[in-house]
Parts: sequence; structure tokens; C-alpha cells
Amino acid sequence: MRIALFVTCLADTLFPEAAKATVRLLERLGHQVVFPEEQTCCGQMHVNTGYPDDALRLVRRHVRTFAPYDVVVAPSGSCVGSVRHQHAMVARRAGDERLASLAEEVARHTYELSELLVDVLGVTDVGAYYPHRTTYHPTCHSLRMIRVGDRPLRLLREVRGLDLVELPQAEQCCGFGGTFAVKNADTSTAMLADKMRHVLATGADVCTAGDASCLMHIGGGLSRLRAGVRTVHLAEILASTEAS
Amino acid sequence: MTSTFLGMPTTAPRGVGHLRGDQSFPAAARRALADSQLRRNLGHATATIRAKSAAVIAEAPDWQQLRDAGAAIKADVMARLPELLEQLEAAVTAAGGTVHWAADAVEANRIVTELVAATGSDRVIKVKSMATQEIGLNEALEAAGITPVETDLAELIVQLGDDRPSHILVPAIHRNRAEIREIFLREMPGVDPALTDDPVALAAAARRYLRQTFLHTPVAVSGANFAVAETGTLVVVESEGNGRMCLTLPETLITVMGVEKVVPTWRDLEVFLQLLPRASTGERMNPYTSMWTGVSPGDGPQQVHLVLLDNGRSAVLADEVGRQALHCIRCSACLNVCPVYERTGGHAYGSVYPGPIGAVLSPQLTGVEENASLPYASSLCGACYDACPVKINIPELLVHLRAAHVTAQRRPTTESIAMAAAAYTMDHPALYAAAQRAARLTRLAGRRGRGLPPPLSGWTIGRDLPQPPPQTFREWWAER
Repeated sequence: MRIALFVTCLADTLFPEAAKATVRLLERLGHQVVFPEEQTCCGQMHVNTGYPDDALRLVRRHVRTFAPYDVVVAPSGSCVGSVRHQHAMVARRAGDERLASLAEEVARHTYELSELLVDVLGVTDVGAYYPHRTTYHPTCHSLRMIRVGDRPLRLLREVRGLDLVELPQAEQCCGFGGTFAVKNADTSTAMLADKMRHVLATGADVCTAGDASCLMHIGGGLSRLRAGVRTVHLAEILASTEAS
Repeated sequence: MTSTFLGMPTTAPRGVGHLRGDQSFPAAARRALADSQLRRNLGHATATIRAKSAAVIAEAPDWQQLRDAGAAIKADVMARLPELLEQLEAAVTAAGGTVHWAADAVEANRIVTELVAATGSDRVIKVKSMATQEIGLNEALEAAGITPVETDLAELIVQLGDDRPSHILVPAIHRNRAEIREIFLREMPGVDPALTDDPVALAAAARRYLRQTFLHTPVAVSGANFAVAETGTLVVVESEGNGRMCLTLPETLITVMGVEKVVPTWRDLEVFLQLLPRASTGERMNPYTSMWTGVSPGDGPQQVHLVLLDNGRSAVLADEVGRQALHCIRCSACLNVCPVYERTGGHAYGSVYPGPIGAVLSPQLTGVEENASLPYASSLCGACYDACPVKINIPELLVHLRAAHVTAQRRPTTESIAMAAAAYTMDHPALYAAAQRAARLTRLAGRRGRGLPPPLSGWTIGRDLPQPPPQTFREWWAER
């Protein structure tokens, strides 16, 4: 299958390993990955901070870039959530009904990585090997905005060598929330403190999730504490093999 | 009533009531977050209610259909509110009640104060009510020499402690039993000095105090959870029975109700009386549901008044997206699941309406610029939307109000300039790639990013910055 990678600006800029892993994984499974280079950012930060009018040009760019592809994948539940639940709203707000219907069309073909693997490609055992004690944080937008459900866990359970430990109160937000983390830094940090407490209680040495943003937040806190737990994107675990 | 157009509806006036805090949310939250007792009380209480509610919701096989029905009834009410209110007025009047219309808190306070004064009583007993907290009725009554006595146990604790409510349903959620014992010992008239902090003993002390008050006060003030337009029936839902005392014993009963509480038909109550107890207290059925229709001769209050309160609600109704905040049935489910509320408590929101619903309701009632920090008091995690029994899309409303706040700025701000610049850059891939390379310069921000300027310093108070990679993804792709 020919799959267009919507890399997300965050993975592109700060967490390229998650994006590279997505490419390696899909190619290993026998698919062709293309990277439309005109893509930049979905505009979620603008919409969520109160700047939907500024986001309009980014929505237009995203729709133009990805309209030609039948299947689009992103290693992020949050960015897929933005494409599905915000793009058409931004277009309608600006009175651009044509852009809104195109955005809805693109959204229908856009999948978060675990959705693509389980629903479209029909695999749960991707042949991965990852010998680490790992806990999974279901990010809010994966869980409640696009409802990936237990797809990531089904994928992780098939990974050889992986010791999957359940995260207590997993469904609570880590406190990231985009600009919330700086506008309400104290509250955000208090939420992070509890999330880290639960991660540390698992005794895992790896905390994984489907969003680089939440992992940047949890990882930034764990690093500050020198907690000795690292954050790794789900794609990197699924791309790992005995050979790597 | 004629429907003369008087211009755009106004927001709730300043200087009266409790819809505005004296600090921004981040500043008030900082103080609350440092209170370890508060954090413990809230963490314990919200976790307990969450678990209880989740268990009884899981028993209802048609919960999602009930939510859809609740949302549909409320949307219908908002679409024809004036017509339903006039129908309600006619039905209440026909049943022997008197209906008053209050455009705002000042008018409502004046109407209630005059009605109480006309009875000659210098004391009123109160049923727990958000509307009267919203308008600051207690302060208005006290200014007129009338003593209001809160009879809901938690509201009584708040009143005796000279405190403010911090939760819609559990106003004293920020207090534990040891603190409640101290408040009772200090403030409750005639309290036994040997009072312990056993919950049963605390409830018994309140019972002794309140019973005398019930028997000797001829006027009660209540709110209403629902009002049925077709029958003129008012409904109060409570769990102690103290509300029932207030609604049946006095000669005069005055009810202050936000205009959005009307429902079209008696049958609509079937939906809400299933939704409300499971979502709020985690009960299958509400313990005390009181309903009254005007005056029943020789039985219960013989003077029955209904004050219909606007206080900014028409302004909320005028916003087609924002109006779903008026669907709220005050169950507090969104507070109990909110990770922000659980850590900051209700006082940080500055308004009697805290938590996620408060963050979207208060700024709309006052005008967004007077509560501008509230729509940002959320990580947009979406737990509130899932929990809401009438499916109010709170995350959508928060984002909508953030945009309203941005639009209301007359001059460009540092943030708006940065956002426009970011959008422009991201709309030009060559500039975007250059900006990505520049991001590597954050290595210069010092080890792990400490020492960044505001607002980015907010990040580094508790989190390290990621190390920028040697190569972006697109650089790697180009080299492949």
C-alpha cells in the first residue's frame, strides 16, 4: 500500500526518531511510504490557543498537501484529532465551505499509527522485539478525541521480549495541553507530578505513548528528576527488531 | 409581555454577586496548589465520587441514549426559550403563584429582599441554590437586616466558616471532618463543646441547630433544578431532606431560577431525573425530589413566588456555539473528572461556577474579557465532555472562548504577533526548514533549557527541554 506520512511538526523538528521508526516499520511490513515535502504543521497550536484565523492558512496547506493521497498516517493521536475535529471547523468559521468538505475528505483518509496498523493493514504482530519493562500512557487525544481504544496495547502485547506493566490512573492527563503547559505552568506541573509518580510506581524503565508531545512533557519531567526512566514513542518500539 | 427588541443582551453586572475572582486563574491556582491539606481533601473526595458515579452509570444500559435525549431536550429549550418562559409564567400564575422577571443580579436581589421584608420576618431559611450564590443574595439580605440561614449541610459549613463554596454539589469539598468540627465549635450557636469529628456527631449537631430554625422561620428561599412549562411545576432535587423542610414548612416560598432551567413537559423530567443523580452523587435515584405547582390551599407555603433570572443568560443564548453551556444541569460530573479542578479546587476559578463548566459559563455570563484567564484553565483533555450527562462539548467551548478573547484584543499582543509569525513561517516550507535549524540554537539556552525567557520559562520550572536532534526528519528524508 502507498501511504503518505504526515510527520507532524513536532516529530519532524524535535523527535525525528519517531518519524523514522514509522517509515522503517511500514516499509518492513511491505508498504511504500511517501513524504509530501510541502507539509508543515496542522495548526492545532493556533486553534487551541485562540487563533483559528491564523490556522486557516495551515489548514489550507495541509488539505492541499494531503488531498492527493488515499491513505495518510501520523505518529500522533493529537494531530490526527486536529485534522478530524478542527480543520473543517476552522474552514467553516472562515466561510470556506469548499475547504471544509475537502478537509473532511482528507480527515476520512487520515489515521493515527495504531489505527492504520490494526484497522487498515490488519496486523497486531508487527514482528517487533523490545526487551524492556514498559508502561503505556494513553494520551488524552488518542483516548477521548479519536478513540484508539486498546489498539496500541494490542500491538504492544505482541512485541517479543516486552514486559508490559499497567500504568495506574492511566487515563488522567499528564498536564501538557500545548500552551497550557506555559500559561498554567504550576497546575500543569502538579498534574505531571502525579503522572510521574504513577509511572515510577510501575517500576518500568520505558514509558511509551502515541504522541511525541505528551512524551516530551513526561520525559522532560522524568529527566529533571533524574528518574532513570526514558520516554519512547510507540512507533520506535514497534520498529525495533532483534537485528536493530 | 411584548417582545420588543431592546438591543444586544447585556452581561452580568459588576459589583454584585460572585462570578468574578479578584485574581487570574494561574495566580489563584498557584496558591491552592501549595495547600497540601486541600490537595489531599480534593484528591480523596473527587476519586470517591468518580468511582461511585462510574459504577451506577455502568448499570444503565441506555446511558448514551439518555445523554442524547437530555442534550436534545435542552437544545430544543434554547431554541424557543421566550415561548417556554411565557408558558411557564402563565401556568405558575394560574396555579396561584406570582412570577417576577429579573434582568440581572441587582434586580433579583431587590425583588427577593422586598418580598422578604413584606412578610415582616428578619430571617430566611435557604435551600441550597447556585442561582442565589451567583447573585450574592445573602449579602443583599444581610444589608437589609435580614439573616439568611443556609440549611444544606455543606452550605452551612461554608456559611459558618465565613468561606466560599468550592464545588457546585459539594460546596465544602475542600474541608475535611477535623476542619468542620473546628468551624462548628467556633461558630455554631449552642453547640456541644465535647463535639467529636465523627461524621454522625457532626451531622447531629447541625440537625439540632437547624431543626429549631426550620420551626421558627416563616420564609424560605430556594433555587430550582427544573421548571415544567406546561404545568408550572418547580422541582428541587436534594439528598438531605433539609430542602424539603424549607419547601413545606414556611408560609412564604421564594424561588430564584435561571431562565435556562425550564423544560417543556412533565415527561422531560423522566430523562433528567435519571441523568442527574447518577452523574452527580452517584446514586441510582435522587433521595428527596420536591415538586410544587403554585399554591395548594391549606397545605405548604401559601405565598409562592418565582423570580426568573437572566443575569447574562440572554447574552450566552445569543452565541450559537456558546449557548450549549446553558444546557448544564449542575451535576458537577465535569468537576469530579477534571484533572485541573482536582488539583486547584474551586476557589481558584473565582466564580461560584468552578471546574470545566465554570470555565465556559462564567466568562460568558460576565463577558469573556472579565474572566479572560478561565478558558485557558484546561489542558483540553476531554474528560469533562465524556462525563457530561447532557453532552456539552466543553473542550469546543473553551477553544471558542479563547478565540473570542483573542478577537477582543484591540492591539496586537506579543502572543498574537508570535502566532501570526509562526503561521506565516509554517506556510512557507523554506522558512519553516530554516526555523527548524534555528531551533537547534536552543542548545544555547543552557543545559537542559534552564534560563529561558518568559513565557517559555513556564516550561522549565519543572521540565527539561528535549535535546534538539542533529538532523530533522526532513533532512534525513532528503538524504535517503
